[in-house]
Order: sequence, then C-alpha cells, then structure tokens
Amino acid sequence: MRYEAPQTVDQAISLLAGTHGNPRVLAGGTDLLVQLRAGFIDPELIVDIKQIDETTAITAEDGGFRVGAAVSGARLKEHDTLSLLWPGVVEAADLIGSTQIQGRASMGGNLCNASPAADTVPALIAAGATCALAGPGGRREVPVEEICTGPGQTILTDGEFVVSILLPARGSRSGDAYLRFIPRTEMDIAVVGVGVSLSLGADGQCSAARVAVGAVAPTALLVPAAAEALVGGVVDDAAIDAMAAAVRAVCRPIDDKRGTVAYRIEVAGVLAGRVCRIALERAGST
Amino acid sequence: MTDSNKTPSGNGTGNGKDYKWVGTRAVRPDGVDKVTGRAKFGADLHLPNMLVGKVLRSPHAHAHIRSIDTSAAEALSGVKAVITRDDFSDQPKGAVQPAGEMTINYRDMVRNVMAREKALYEGHAIAAVAAVDARIAAKALSLIKVDFEVLPHVIDPVAAMESGAPIIQEDLMTEGMEQSPGAMTNIAKRVEFGHGDVAVGFAEADVVIEREFTTQPVHQAYIEPHACVASMTEDGQGELWLSTQGHYVARGHCATLLGLDVSKLRVQASEIGGGFGGKTVVYLEPLALALSRKACQPVKMAMTREEVFRATGPTSGAHLWVKVGATNDGRITAADAVLKYQAGAFPGSPVAQGAQCAFAPYELNHVRTIGYDILVNRAKVAAYRAPGAPIAEYATESVMDEIAGVIGMDPLEFRLKNAPKQGSQSSYGPKFPVIGCIETLEAARDHDHYQSPLKAGQGRGVATGYWFNIGGQTSATLNLSEDGSVALVLGTVDVGGTRASLSMMAAEELGIDLDKVRPMIGDTSALGYNMLTGGSRVTFAGGIAVVGAAQDLIGTLKDRAAKFWDIPVDDVEWAEGEARATNGYTDNMQPLSLQEIAKDMAKTGGPIVGAHSINAQGAGPSFGTHVVDVDVDRETGRVWVTRYTVVQDAGKAIHPSYVEGQYQGGAVQGIGWALNEEYIYDDKGRLENAGFLDYRVPVCSDVPMIDTVIVEVANPTHPYGVRGVGETPIVPPMAAISNALANALGIRFTDLPMSPPRVLAAIKAANGDATTAS
Ligand SMILES: Cc1cc2nc3c(=O)[nH]c(=O)nc-3n(C[C@H](O)[C@H](O)[C@H](O)COP(=O)(O)OP(=O)(O)OC[C@H]3O[C@@H](n4cnc5c(N)ncnc54)[C@H](O)[C@@H]3O)c2cc1C
Repeated sequence: MRYEAPQTVDQAISLLAGTHGNPRVLAGGTDLLVQLRAGFIDPELIVDIKQIDETTAITAEDGGFRVGAAVSGARLKEHDTLSLLWPGVVEAADLIGSTQIQGRASMGGNLCNASPAADTVPALIAAGATCALAGPGGRREVPVEEICTGPGQTILTDGEFVVSILLPARGSRSGDAYLRFIPRTEMDIAVVGVGVSLSLGADGQCSAARVAVGAVAPTALLVPAAAEALVGGVVDDAAIDAMAAAVRAVCRPIDDKRGTVAYRIEVAGVLAGRVCRIALERAGST
Repeated sequence: MTDSNKTPSGNGTGNGKDYKWVGTRAVRPDGVDKVTGRAKFGADLHLPNMLVGKVLRSPHAHAHIRSIDTSAAEALSGVKAVITRDDFSDQPKGAVQPAGEMTINYRDMVRNVMAREKALYEGHAIAAVAAVDARIAAKALSLIKVDFEVLPHVIDPVAAMESGAPIIQEDLMTEGMEQSPGAMTNIAKRVEFGHGDVAVGFAEADVVIEREFTTQPVHQAYIEPHACVASMTEDGQGELWLSTQGHYVARGHCATLLGLDVSKLRVQASEIGGGFGGKTVVYLEPLALALSRKACQPVKMAMTREEVFRATGPTSGAHLWVKVGATNDGRITAADAVLKYQAGAFPGSPVAQGAQCAFAPYELNHVRTIGYDILVNRAKVAAYRAPGAPIAEYATESVMDEIAGVIGMDPLEFRLKNAPKQGSQSSYGPKFPVIGCIETLEAARDHDHYQSPLKAGQGRGVATGYWFNIGGQTSATLNLSEDGSVALVLGTVDVGGTRASLSMMAAEELGIDLDKVRPMIGDTSALGYNMLTGGSRVTFAGGIAVVGAAQDLIGTLKDRAAKFWDIPVDDVEWAEGEARATNGYTDNMQPLSLQEIAKDMAKTGGPIVGAHSINAQGAGPSFGTHVVDVDVDRETGRVWVTRYTVVQDAGKAIHPSYVEGQYQGGAVQGIGWALNEEYIYDDKGRLENAGFLDYRVPVCSDVPMIDTVIVEVANPTHPYGVRGVGETPIVPPMAAISNALANALGIRFTDLPMSPPRVLAAIKAANGDATTAS
C-alpha cells in the first residue's frame, strides 16, 4: 500500500487516475481508517488531500462560503460568520463523533463515504449546497443531493474527487436546522436525520423551503412535497403537520439493527416537525 | 500460618472506633500508572522473537466440522505454528469443578476453546496460527480450509426447550429432572428452591399478579479485550502473561488443557481493563500456549472487539414467569417463579443463583423458584456481576412493584413490611446472618431523592437487589524491608481498587503510614493459592488474609523486641507502629519502632515476614435499594434517566470512593441493560451488532451523576465488618427503571431492553394507535 500527499488538485487527479487497484482519497480518515482496519477495503494507493489549499480552506464566495472538502468539523465550528449563516449545517457537522473525531472528520468525507445515515448530508441538501468536483475530465459543480446513488455509491468517476462544498448566500429572515434521532446522546449513528432550511417573506409567510431526510432510504432524500407544504403560507401547526406527513410519505427504510421500518417512518415525521420549528425560530430572529 | 474458617482478630472488629486509614479516601497506589499510560495491560508485554497468534472462527452458528486442512497455511512463509482440535487431548466426562461463582467442566472447556466435533456458535474457534506478523497470520487463516456441514440452529431459550429443536449437545443428560425426558434435549439442568406450599399461600392472598418477562443476553463490555502472551520452552516449562480476574485459576485451566504440571506454568496477571466476571475464564490462553509449545517462541494473542462480542461470554438472556400473592394490608403470602436461562452452547447458566436470589429480599412462608439451564447456539455464558441475580430480580421486583401499586401501598413500605432480618429463613434455604436489608430500605425511603417531588411527566421507581458474596482461598504476605517499609504481596487481581483497600487494612493493623506499604500482585509462584477476583470477595477474604498476615508480622516483631530487651514476649505490646514494654518494664525500655526493629533484624533472627493463608468463610450478604427518576420523550420513545440514587449496605467501606465507584458502575451497567443493550442475530444465527456502535452501552452523557448512600451494617465475620460490594449494585437497576417507566406512563414493560422503538410502540398501543409496531 502506497501513501501520497499531493500539494495540488491536479497532482491528486493524476495519482488517482493513474493507479489501478482502487485508489482512495483520505480526508480525516475517520471512516477510511476504520474500514481499512476492519479489512473491508484494501486499496493500493491512499491519496491524502489535506496538503491541498483548495480542500482545506474556507473562503467567502458570492455572499456564501466555499468550504474545502477536507475541512474538519472543529474548524467549521470555529468559523463565526459561517456558523451564523448556516447554523443547521454546522450543528450537523458538530454531531459527528466525539471531540477527537471532530478534529479530523470532514463534510467531504461524510458525503463521499455515502452512508445513508451521514449527518451532514441532509443538512447540506436542505441548505441547497453544491460540490465542486475535479477529475481527469475537468471540473463540474453538482448539487449535494446528486452525489450519492446508494449505500457506498457515488457519481464520482475514476480519478474524480470532491474539492469543496459551496454553501450559498441567503436572504435575511432565513434559518436552517438539523436534528437526528439516536438512542444514546452521542457516539451513535442516526436512526433518522432531518434537515430543514426556510426563508420568510416580509409578510411572515414562508417564501422558500428545502427539507431533506436521512437514514430512511438508500441515500438522503430531498423532499420537495414537504417544502411545498410550507411555502406560500404561514408556518403554523397545520403546515408543519402536512410537511411532516410529506416527509413520512417518502421514507422507505429497511428493518435493521438500528430501527424498524415503522419506527423510522414515525420518528422521521416527529423530527421533521421539531426541526422545522427550530428553523422557523431562527428565521424569525435574523 | 494456615488457618481455615478462622477470622484473625485484628484491630478492627467493626465497632465504629476511629481508624487512621480505614474509611479514608486515600490516594490509589495504581493511579499514576493508569493516568500516565504506564500501566501494562494484557497486550502491553513485548518479548524478543514474539509471534502474533490469530484465531480462525466459525462463520456458522451450528455446523459439523467434517475436516480441517491446514497444509496451505503451514506452508506459508512466516507461519511458525498452526493448531486445531487435534492439538488438545479430550478431557474425561463428568469432571466438574466448582470455580468461584460458576462451575468448570473441562470436557466442555476443551471444546469451547477449540471446536471439536461441531462448531456450536458463530465465532467458535476452529483453528489458530502463530506467525511472524499480523498480516501473515491473517493470510494464513484465509488458507485454512474447513469443510462444514451446516446444521439448523436455535437461539431462543423457549424454542430450544421445544421438542424437535436442533440439539446442541447430543449426549446431554438433564441434571435434576425427576424423569429423563426420554429423548435428546437442550435442557442441561433443572433446579428448585423454596419452602412452604405456594398453593396454600396463594389461597391466602387478596391480590395475585402473574406475569411473563424476557431479558436479552448482555455483555460485560469490559473496555480491554482479552489479551495474553505465552511462552513455552523446549523443556516443557511455560510462562503466561494475561489480562484476567484470576491468574491462579487461569493457570489451573491452562495446565489441565495442555496436560502440564500446574507448577510448570508461571502466570502473571497484567493490569486489567475491566472484567466484571467475563475474565474468569480462558479463551486465547490455552491456544497461545499450544502455539508457543509448537513454535518454541513466545506468542501474543489479542482479540478484536468483534471477537470479544462473538466468542466471549455474555450473561444469559432469559424467559421468566413470576407469580406473587399478597393480602390487602401488604403481607406477601406466596411467591413463585420459573426461570429459563440461556447457557450458550455448553451447560452453566447462572440460573441457580438467579433462582436463589429471586425472592431473597423478602421473608416468605411459601416460596418456590424453579430454574432451567438451556443450551442454545451462542457463546457460552460467563459470569457477569452477581451472575443470574439481575435477570431474576428484574422480573420479581417488577411484580412486587405492581402488586404494591394494586393494593395502594408505597413500594418501599411494602418491601419494609416483608423485609428479612437476621434469623429469617431465606427464600433459598439458609437462615440469614446479620444483614442490612431493612436499614437500606429505610435509608432509601428517608433520602431526599425519594422525598422530593417529580417534575411533570416524569416517573419514579425503586427496586431492591440481593447478592450472597463469597469468601474463598486467599494468601497474602507482608515482607518487611530493612528500612521498615513493607511490601504487601497479594495473589488477587486488583479489579476494583483492592490494592488500596488491602494496604489500608495492613497499615491500620501495623500502625504505620499507608505510604510505607507498597502493595503488588505477585505471580503464581509468589504465594500460595488464590481464588480469582469475583463474588465481591477480595476486600472481604483478602482483608482477612492481610489482617492475619499483619498479626503474624506483629507477632514476630514483638518476639524480636522481647529478645532485644530480654523480657518475656507476653510483656510486649504492639501499638501505633511500635513495640512497647508493659507490666513494669515500661520505665526502663524505650519503645522500639518498626524501623528500629527492621534495621537490626539480622541481629535478632533474620528476615521478618508475615503471612496468612485462609479459606475465608462467612461472607456477608449485601442488599441494595435503588431509586430512579425517568423522563420519556413520548413521541420517540426515548427514555432519559434524570436522577439516580444507589443505597447499599457495604458492611464497612474501607475506601468509600471505591465503594461508591462500584455502586455507580453497577447502576450505569444496569441502565444500559435496561434501555439499550441487546444481541441482534440474523436468521442464520450470526450476530449483527458485534461492536460498540450498535451494541449500545451507555456513554457518559447518557447518565446523570449517580448518587450513593453507603449503609454500614457490619459483617461480624470480618475484622473491619466488610461485606462485598461489587455485585449487588447491578441487581436492582432494570426493575427500578421499568418501575419508573410504569410510574411515568402507566405502562408495565415486560421485555428488555426498553429501547425507544419498544417504548414508543407501547405508548402508541396504550393510546389505541396501532400504526407503529416495534
Ligand atoms: C467514533 C466515530 C464516530 C462517528 N460518528 C459519526 C456521526 O455521528 N455521524 C456521522 O455522520 N458520521 C460519523 N462517523 C463517521 C465519520 O466520522 C464521518 O463520516 C466523517 O465525516 C468522515 O470524514 P473523514 O474526513 O474522516 O472521511 P475519510 O474517512 O477520510 O473518508 C471517507 C470516505 O470518503 C472518501 N473521501 C473522503 N474525502 C473525499 C473527497 N474529498 N472526495 C472523494 N472521496 C472522498 C474516502 O476515500 C472514504 O471512502 C463517526 C466515525 C467514528 C470513527
């Protein structure tokens, strides 16, 4: 097994594209190293992307922020203006693991590991975030909800990787939030996770919303019907109930060691309502 | 000095006098090593030329092993030894030995450490290799070809009792059955305890409650996985370093399985990263020794967490039936229970202990408990704190709570009304010695926690637990150094702070500074036999041995002083760390300190050693009562433990912080057992959650600060009044939490764990909403 730590995106691409035997990108390694030690993967080459400026920087862009794919949760949380703009995304990233894990774990790794239960993914989808991908064929910008295609599966082509994630600008009177359900208080995997982002118009009515749910399907899902239940009216109990019902309607979870189908669907709706109320309160106070 | 059954009369006698060390919160002697990472655990020994050993494990829950072909593995470069069932000779039938709180059957043990005819559970060891590094060892395992014939399997104890169930041990005979079942069976044993006639008792009852319960197997979940280093030489001598609760016991097991003289093996215990009963048995150790014997090189073996879950003993899961009758004024008239415990793939569940403890917190005229030990295709169970008792008392204490509720009595008053005291006939036979059941219940009742109001939506529960505690064979030596400091050599592994508590008793007896006593755990050649650390026995039995050793040492010190002064030894007394002349000699003789006697010991007769070896009897049983408050998220079924108080009789807390630690640890493990811990199997009997991510022990933030109240009703058989404290704390939590949930929700749960899906389903069902199934 070979380890390389290139300095530029192009070097990374040529390493990744030039190696057979399943080369792997290493960001924080909090998924990768666990999988290596468990013998699930046996890559020929590991390409550490933490020496590349673009993957490790947080920069302002068009009123939003571009976050390097390998930026750790701890660094994300320390960024005050980003935390004010997208508190739901930052709280989702902050849920990952423990203090030790936070020093390493990245949103890029969380996304590309393609676990249906990844915590930042519903929050990023709700935020309308996009990813900058770079590969032998050039660069492209893709919405987060299009990256994962199934458990452990992504649209990334050979030699391609995620360079950064763009959290867009947003108007005033906007708020986002993320909650997950776990049976413990920490160090656990989401049984269900829900992210909501919404904006209020001058009239107090909901002018825009995005709702996403994780751990209830092979990938995190954007739920347009849930957003529709909110947009164009006052976000009252009835609207929230309708939104929660729309979330439940798209859930197609499996029975597994982390929860039953019925339980996951039920709790997805419960969380959706709670998350929506937090996002609403945040929107009202900005 | 060897003395069985006799308690040395030390300074203690538990009479409430002020002690200098006993009862203080002295700094622990192993603290610096542990917080700086110096402490050496099972995997921390490195020897020259050491090989790495790994185990090939069965992927099947139940399968015949037709053949094992190791030739390709042996041919791999870097592989130094491969072993299978053929490397262990079979053990005679019926060779059963009591060992601590469990019994040992070597015919089963040889099959458990390495499968013979059949693989009996997923994770059962099939072969092992030793190689120059871990990668080669892993590669070698992949080259071993095993021809399995997969058989139907059974996990559930009730299903395993049915006729037509897959038979796990074809030659199994049920012990204790009135008549032979006439066919092959998975029922290894039937036990029955009790007195009176339950039918008569139930006829006297105004209220009778009968319920069925299930519990899941739970793992001891020690943080340190099993690990050892074995080194055998060409002349058949061996050394073993391991993480264990009892290195003498491990030595005996290994010597038996390898066909060695016990004394040819020198065994040293590492620091232990938790055991809770699970490190009273051997798994890797005989394999490491057999590999080392073949390779003539040291072999290190360490389990992964996954191996720990698949192949090492949890405690039983169970099916329980309980029936209790009481009069309207709160007198229990009859109590009856049938307990069916999973043993795993070999006999030996702790069902007898469960049956004995089930109704122990009550004084009853008519009581019966029947227990069944049932084989299933799971790893053989191992001891887990108060083995068997938490399972049985979860069910009985739930029913007691319910019946108190039906007759409208406070649950603690109900228990007090029926509580046993000294001389009461216990539910399992013997009359109780001095016990603190009533004192514990009263302390719980009068505690601020029990008196304080609950917040809206919360519930409060209580439960009482009982455990016997044990004594057993123990040796201790005090070696006096030339400067008057003392080395205390112990043979009992320090699991819960016993180096501290035992040296405190030594310092108290000798009247010297605690700092002058350096405790250490000797290897198996350093002392006479020592039973393992289990049964909450070490501060009790070890305390008696240490006090005896100190008295022995003091006897010699007085002799030497008498010689020095040339007066009769009867005119010398020992006080405050010095020899004093008495009876008229007082004026002429300056007291001789321990240092002075030590300095001149060569002149007065040579080295000075105090030793004591005993088979300690008269362990003091311990009762505990827990009070717990819970909050429930009624939309997700998530239960929060918001306040928790453990009240328990310690007899005497030698080191209160360690006693509190035992109370708190038991409560925390019980919270996990109650709310989340369970084994999840797929339809092929393979464990799906062999790791801490999905086998959910509580994390720190899941539990509130656990309050503790140490009740001290002295045990008269111990010089300082000690009872054991390590096990009782895990007995009450499951029932206490279930009772609190019943109080909060008006719903009685009868299945563990009370995990969020199960709680939510029950809430929905109670609200007449059937859309959510658990
Ligand atoms: C103790 C513990 C607790 C955890 N708790 C949580 C939790 O609560 N919630 C949660 O969601 N996850 C959790 N995780 C999983 C993990 O920490 C997260 O998924 C984390 O975000 C992964 O980020 P990383 O930078 O460490 O990724 P890595 O391990 O470096 O990479 C993960 C995968 O993505 C690939 N990859 C990484 N970066 C890129 C990129 N830029 N482009 C293309 N592919 C890439 C890697 O090749 C690898 O396959 C936990 C893990 C541990 C060990």
